[in-house]
This record gives sequence, C-alpha cells and structure tokens, in this order.
Amino acid sequence: MGKTDGMQGSLDLLVLKTLRREGRLHGYAIMSAIRERSGDVLRVEEGSLYPALHRMEEASWVRAEWVTKDSGRRARVYELTAKGKKQLETEEPKWQAVAKAVSRVLREA
Amino acid sequence: MSIWTRVANVFRTGDVNREIDEELQAHLDAAIEEGRDPAEARKALGPSLKHRDEAHDARVVAWLDSLRADSVYGWRRLMKSKATSAAAVLSLGLAIGACTAAFRLVDALLWRPLPIASPHEIYEVNTVGVGFDGKPEIGNHWSYPAFALLRDAVRGDAELISDSSADSQDVQFNGNADTEKVYVQYVLGSMFPTFGLRPAAGRLLNPGDDDVPDAHALAVISDQYWKRRFARDPHAVGSMFQFGGRSFEIIGIVEPPFTGTEPGKMVDVFLPVTMNPYVKAPSLSFLHIFSRVKSGTAMATLRDKLQAAAHAFFVEQLGRMPGLQEQMKQAFLNRDVALTPAPAGSSYFQTANRRPLSALFVLSLLVLLIACANVANLVTAQTAARERELALRVSIGGGRRRLVQLVLAESAWIGAAAAVLGAAFSSWAAPRVVAMINPADDPARLALPADWRVLGFLIAATFLMTALFGLAPALRAASIDPASALKGGEDPHARRRAMHGLIALQVGCCVFVVFTAGLFVMTFQRLAHKPTGFSSNRILAISATASQPRPAQAWRNALQDLARQSGVASAALAGWPLLDGTNWVNSVALPGGPPSQLFAHALKVSPGWAATMRIPILEGRDVNWNDVNPGSALVNESFAKAFFDGADPVGKTFMHPSSDATPPSFTVVGLLKDACYAELRQCAVPTAYFPFTDAETPGGTPHGAPKGSKFATFIVKTESENPLAVAQALRLELARVAPDLHIMRIRTQREVNAAQTIHERLLSTLATFFAAVAILLAVVGLYGVLNYSVVRRRREIGIRMAVGAQPASIARAVIARVFAMVLCGAVAGVVVGMVSACSFEALFYEVKATDATALITPAVAILIAAMLAAVPAVIRAVRIDPVILLRAE
Repeated sequence: MGKTDGMQGSLDLLVLKTLRREGRLHGYAIMSAIRERSGDVLRVEEGSLYPALHRMEEASWVRAEWVTKDSGRRARVYELTAKGKKQLETEEPKWQAVAKAVSRVLREA
Repeated sequence: MSIWTRVANVFRTGDVNREIDEELQAHLDAAIEEGRDPAEARKALGPSLKHRDEAHDARVVAWLDSLRADSVYGWRRLMKSKATSAAAVLSLGLAIGACTAAFRLVDALLWRPLPIASPHEIYEVNTVGVGFDGKPEIGNHWSYPAFALLRDAVRGDAELISDSSADSQDVQFNGNADTEKVYVQYVLGSMFPTFGLRPAAGRLLNPGDDDVPDAHALAVISDQYWKRRFARDPHAVGSMFQFGGRSFEIIGIVEPPFTGTEPGKMVDVFLPVTMNPYVKAPSLSFLHIFSRVKSGTAMATLRDKLQAAAHAFFVEQLGRMPGLQEQMKQAFLNRDVALTPAPAGSSYFQTANRRPLSALFVLSLLVLLIACANVANLVTAQTAARERELALRVSIGGGRRRLVQLVLAESAWIGAAAAVLGAAFSSWAAPRVVAMINPADDPARLALPADWRVLGFLIAATFLMTALFGLAPALRAASIDPASALKGGEDPHARRRAMHGLIALQVGCCVFVVFTAGLFVMTFQRLAHKPTGFSSNRILAISATASQPRPAQAWRNALQDLARQSGVASAALAGWPLLDGTNWVNSVALPGGPPSQLFAHALKVSPGWAATMRIPILEGRDVNWNDVNPGSALVNESFAKAFFDGADPVGKTFMHPSSDATPPSFTVVGLLKDACYAELRQCAVPTAYFPFTDAETPGGTPHGAPKGSKFATFIVKTESENPLAVAQALRLELARVAPDLHIMRIRTQREVNAAQTIHERLLSTLATFFAAVAILLAVVGLYGVLNYSVVRRRREIGIRMAVGAQPASIARAVIARVFAMVLCGAVAGVVVGMVSACSFEALFYEVKATDATALITPAVAILIAAMLAAVPAVIRAVRIDPVILLRAE
C-alpha cells in the first residue's frame, strides 16, 4: 500500500491533509471539506472515497471509530495516525515538487 | 487497522458488513440533509454491494476469511451425511488411536530419554562376544570388583557409575508386622551427582557413601514411593525400615520423575551398592555400568582403556573357574567391550519387548494406512458427486487453489475429529496394553506421560494422514475441466482407476496384517498347547525365602506339616517352579572325563516331587531324604541321551566340575521323562534333579556359607480344582509352623505356565484385533467403491440391460475389475508378508511363513470379505430398471 501515484495518490494526499487540518471527520465531512478548501474546484468522486478510506485504514494511516452524533445517529469518524502523519510528511513535498515542475513546464511552453 | 482486528473481523463478517452499510447510509443521509436529490446521491456513491466487497477485503484477512468460509461449508457437508462421516471418523480414530497407543509404549520403553541431565552423554558398557553355548552374546552385567577396575582405568576421562537391576523385595516398617513389597535398586552413590539429580527433600547418596562396604545403611526413596507410602510427609526423611536383616535410614527423596535407569520398572528405594551382600564377590555379576562421556571425548581411546581393564579382569577371573574347556576359555577372554548409547537407560524389559512392540507398531501403522485409503476413496466419491458444483465454481471465477482448500477443509475436519477420538482411545488403550505385558502379580511399571512428544506424534500423524487421504481428491478436484464436467462427459474411468489402485493397496495391507496376525496366533496356540511333560492341574506353588539358610530338616518339617493339611493331595519341595524362567546351568563331567561343553540344567527337588508333578519315572527310583552320601540325582531322558549316549543311566555317576575344586559326584538313581525346565521354547534340555539335602550341591552354597537353602518353593497338589482355594489356609499354616519364612509369591502352576506365553498372548490378541479392524475396514472400503461404481455406471448398466444383458453378466461387469484389484493386493500382501516375516522370525515358534494355513487364511478371509462387500452393489446393479433410469435421464 506504500505506493501512491497518479490520481489515487492525490486523493489519499487530500484526505490525509484534510484530516491533519480538521482533526476527526466522517466520510461526508471529509468530502465537503475538500470541496470547500479547493473553492469548489476539487470534487471527490464519492464512489472512490470509501474504498480509499478503507484502504488507508488497512494501511494504518487512519484510524476509524464509531461516534454517536447529537441527532442520535452513529457516524464513523476518521483520524490521522502517527503513521499517516509520516506518510503525509513524505508525500506532501513530493507532490509539491511535482506540481512545481508541472507548472514550470506549462509556463515555459 | 491491526492484523488482530482483521483476524477478529473474520469471525464477525456479519457485523462488518452491517457497519459498512451503516457508514454508507450515513453518507447518504448527510447528502440528503444538504439538500441533494436522494437518487442522485445514491448514484454518485455507486452500488453498495461493490463497496461492501472492497471494504470487506480491507477489513478482514482475506485468506483466513475464505478458510473460515470453507471450514464452515465443509462442516455442513459432513453433517449432511452423518452416517458416512461418522464411519470415516470412527475408523480413522480407531486406527490413529491404536497407532498413538503403540507409539506411546514404544516411546516410553525405548526412545524417551531418562529424566536426567544431558541423557545423550550416557553410554552403557557392554561385552560383545560368544557365549559358552557358542552363540553371539551381548553381556551387560558386571561384578562390583570389575566395575571398580574399569572405573579406575578411565578416571579423568569419563565418569562410570553402576546400578543393579531393580527387584521386588520385602521391607518392613515397624517390625515384622508391616511387610510390604517395594522395588529396590542398588546404586553407586555418585550416580545421583553424575546424573545431575537433586533431592526433593533431605539429601541424596553421594560418592562419600561408596567407600566402605557395609557401612552406609542409608536409603533414598523415589518421589512416587514418597507419595504412595508417606503421602509426601516430610518426616519420611529419617524414618527406618528393615531389609535383609538390616536397618536402613531414609535420608532423602530424589526429585521426580526419576525412578531408576530401567524402563519397565520403577524403583521405590535406592540403596548404596556398598550395602549389597555380594559387593565383594568378583564372580557375581549383578551391575549395569553406565558411563557419562562428555562430547568431544575420543570414544576409541576410552573404549581401549576399558577393554584393557576388562581383559585383565577376565584373565584374573578365569583363574577362579577351573575345569573350563579351552574353547570356552577363549570365548570368555575374547569378549570385547562396547560403549552403547543408552540415553533411555537399559533394561531386560526393553530387550524382551523391543521386537513385539515394534511389530505391533508396524501393524497399527498399516491399519492406519488402510483407514486412510478408505477415507480417500470416500472423499473421492463425494467429490465426484459434487463435480458439477465444483465446475460451476471454476467457471464463475473461483480459483482452483480455493477448490483444493474447499476439499481439504472437509478432510481436515475428519482428520481433526479422528485425532480427538484417537487421543481418547490411546489413553484408554495404552495402560491396558502395559498391564498385559507382564503377569498380573509382577506388573510392568511404565510411565506413560501425555506430553509434547505424544502430542507431537499425534499432530504429525494427523497431518500426514489428512494429507494422505485428502490431498489426492483435492488436487483431482482442482484439475476439473468445467466445460466437460458440466456436460457430464468427463472421462468416467480416470477416477475409478485411482480408487482401484487404493483398493489394491488397502487389500495388500489388510492381507499383510491378517497374515502376520495369523503367524502370531499360531505361535501362541502352538506354545500354549505344547505338552510340558508335567501336569499343571491343581498345582499351587508357594515360594518362600528365609533370611538365614535353613537346614533340609527344617524345610522337610514344614513340608510334612503342609502335606497333612486338609485339601492337600500331596506336596513336595523344589528350588523353584518349573517354567518360571529361572535357569541354573552347569557343565557336567563323567568320571575321568573332561567337563562337557554342553551345559545341563539343574533343580533341587524333594522326594515325591516327580509324583506330585506327574512326571513319570521311567527307570530306577525317586530320590529319598536319606540320599546324602554319596549324592544321588535324577536325570531326564535328554540328559541320558547327551551324557550317557542314551543308555540306562541308573547307577552311573557324574560330576559338576565348575562348582568346586574337588567336585562332588552324583549317582543317578532314576530316569525321568523330559519335562519343560525354564522356558516353553526349550523343553527337551538335559536336566538333573538333586535332592534337598544339606550335602554339597553344585553351585548351591557359596564357600563357607552355612549349609541349607535360603529359598524354596512348596509344590502343592490340591484336592480342589481351584488350587487358590486353599492358598490362604496354607499361608497361615506356614506362618505358624515356620515363622522365619517369608512367603514371596503364591501362584498356580497354570499362572506360571501362562506367564511363559505372555508376549505371544499379547501379540496374538492385539494382532487379532488389528486384523479384525483391517478386514472390517476393507469390507467397508470395498463396499464403498463398488457401490460408487454402480452409481456412476448406472446409465451404462441401464443401456446394457435394455439391450438384453443378463444379470450375471451385469454382476460380472460390476465386480470384475475390483476383484482383479483384490487379487493383486492379496498376492502383494502375502509376498511382502512372507519377506518381512523373516525379520520377525524370533517372535515365531514352530511357525513358518510358508505354512499352508498361514497362507490360505488371509486369502480366504479377504475373499469372503470382498464377496460380502460386493453383494449390496451387485443387487443394486441388477435391480436397475432401464425404463425408469433412461426416462429420468
């Protein structure tokens, strides 16, 4: 599960970063947070969100827990683990570098 | 998510699925709350089944989950056909139980290392050479002076210790009132430190107790005896008991589970070897010698040193044995010393039981193999019946590995259930077999711990067995071709060929087991019904000892008192009962002639002994109480044949040269018919019977010892058919008239005789049991295969009948090939049996592997079994109604 490339890698990174910033969130909230942060530009494919979350849970990057909301309904909230933080720290600079390189190429063109 | 959570989730997949659904539902709820269209939100999320599948894989250990699913499925399938499954489990369980029981016996007796420090450094010091009878002989008994020589020879290189055989002896606590039997072993004090043993209480013997003979009246007891006799009372240390006319003090308890170095006997009391009355006698060999050899020691050098010391001792010893022939002298001197690894100790019991128990172990393994073949056929047939299901699984993408797992899971259930049953059966059976090994009044004492060795064997055997019967059908299932299987057109013969091969194997093993069992049973029958030359009817043998030699007159008085008791028809004295295994042999010399190379057996008897034992006097007369000077003797026919060339021996004289420098001579007064002496296997041996007198008798009294005998056996012919009926009365009477006598054992002569065939009885009983199980399994197996083949071929049979085939030809078609396999197997089994019978030859008596009865019995048995097994299948085949069948298809 260590490999993160392409779009899947970017989704993982977005989820990790969001959890880092916002703390504990359930699936829908993670999706909403990414959309808001990106100024409604990045819309997470809902169908891919939960498989990604479960995969990251299996890799122990995130930890899940059931909480009871004020409405009495149960929600499964996710939070970053130490391993997830480390993953974020190694992947984020890599992504930055790639993004920078891509924009440099685009500028020169 | 941790691996443990994922493992745990395997067993709560229902909950896991519910949680996934709940999470997705929460997502939808949140979306709808936000004002989105429910249908749109559901569509955006995608099908929940897909989510469930993906999330499932992330949350549970997939392979474990599939294993769980297959196990559950396998269990359900077994439960669906309860009778068949039960038969499979029962037959395997019985077989694996028998195997485990045999393993436990063999392991406990022969393989299990002694519970001492580094048992693998322990070697036994043996002599290897030729005995006086000219046969190869391995000796393991030494006298104490010999041991002292050897120990000094290798001091610094290896530690030598010695101990005697453990014997059942009388000891008394609180004076004569409290006599009890305990197993006593004389040991070197330094044995305890050499073996790294620690006391559970008090102290153990040590090298300081080995210096002065007769000065250390101390005893160490085993933990078992401590528990049995003293209920682990710490005050046992310091208590006194009487043994052999001396007081001994218990100084400590050796920690469990050490009970001596002789598997088959458990020592209760350890005494210093320096307290043995024969410790100074160089000619009395009663000690085993063990050596602890540190790894890295040059074994050859060590052996050479021992050899040199032993040789010097042999030379010195030879000086004390006048009248030996040159050939015997050479044999005596040319014995080599050998160091034999003895991590499991050394005992006569091991030697005597090695072959019988190994034979039983092999038989039980074969029965297990038969049971495996049975279950393999069963699983094959069941797998065949679900061919379509398996093919369907493959065609919708189930992996072939998963198919192997599916079929193996079912086999694993059978194997596991059989193992549990087998463990229970073996813990029931093993102690019972141990009880059968020795006569009831001298039971074998063998620890049978159920520890990791036994568990390891059981688990290994279960795995191996499951692989044996489960792997082939599983692999066959995996190689299924869905296209042809679903069409029902798979080659119908392929599977049958495999099953027929198994039938041949099974029949082969079965015939082998029945054949071998037959040889054992015949051996037992021949020995048990062998004429002994005397009558055991209504004979009671009362063996008694005295602490001091008793004059002949004292024995005679006691005897005459016994003979007057009511219920006693006649009574006599003998050194020991015939056939109790005791041997007393000597060479014989005729006046002016050299000592004989052939040894003669000897026994002291009183007047009337021959009549009481119903041994006919062919010539001359019986001995009488006045036959003192010159000594008189009775001899048997074999004796007359060997030493007097078959001439009438009455009136002739002979000598026992090796007993004394001036050998006493004996005049033959009577000729007796041959009677078995010590062993049933050797009945026509030259034997001389000497009267019970105070006169010098050959080898009877050590030099300078008081005249008389310390032990004798009263041979009583009773009036009642059950000799034991008067046993108690006679015991009380003896205690009254001869209070100095200890009654050692009271046995009927029948018991004594039965003890002679105890190994044969054990072997024939258990082998018969194995043979019966083997035949039963073969019948079940044959029935299964025949039935299966009829079911598989019912369409073909239907068509044949429709075109006019006769029932007889149908029956022939059904059974022909299977019977050919039975024949192949039977021939192979008998051939292998005949070859391997050679290695068991020592266990047989007057039985040849080529014996017609031995050959025909298993063949007939298996043929009858096969016919019985074939009947239902044939009936089923000829009853097939082509009309119904073809319409149904």
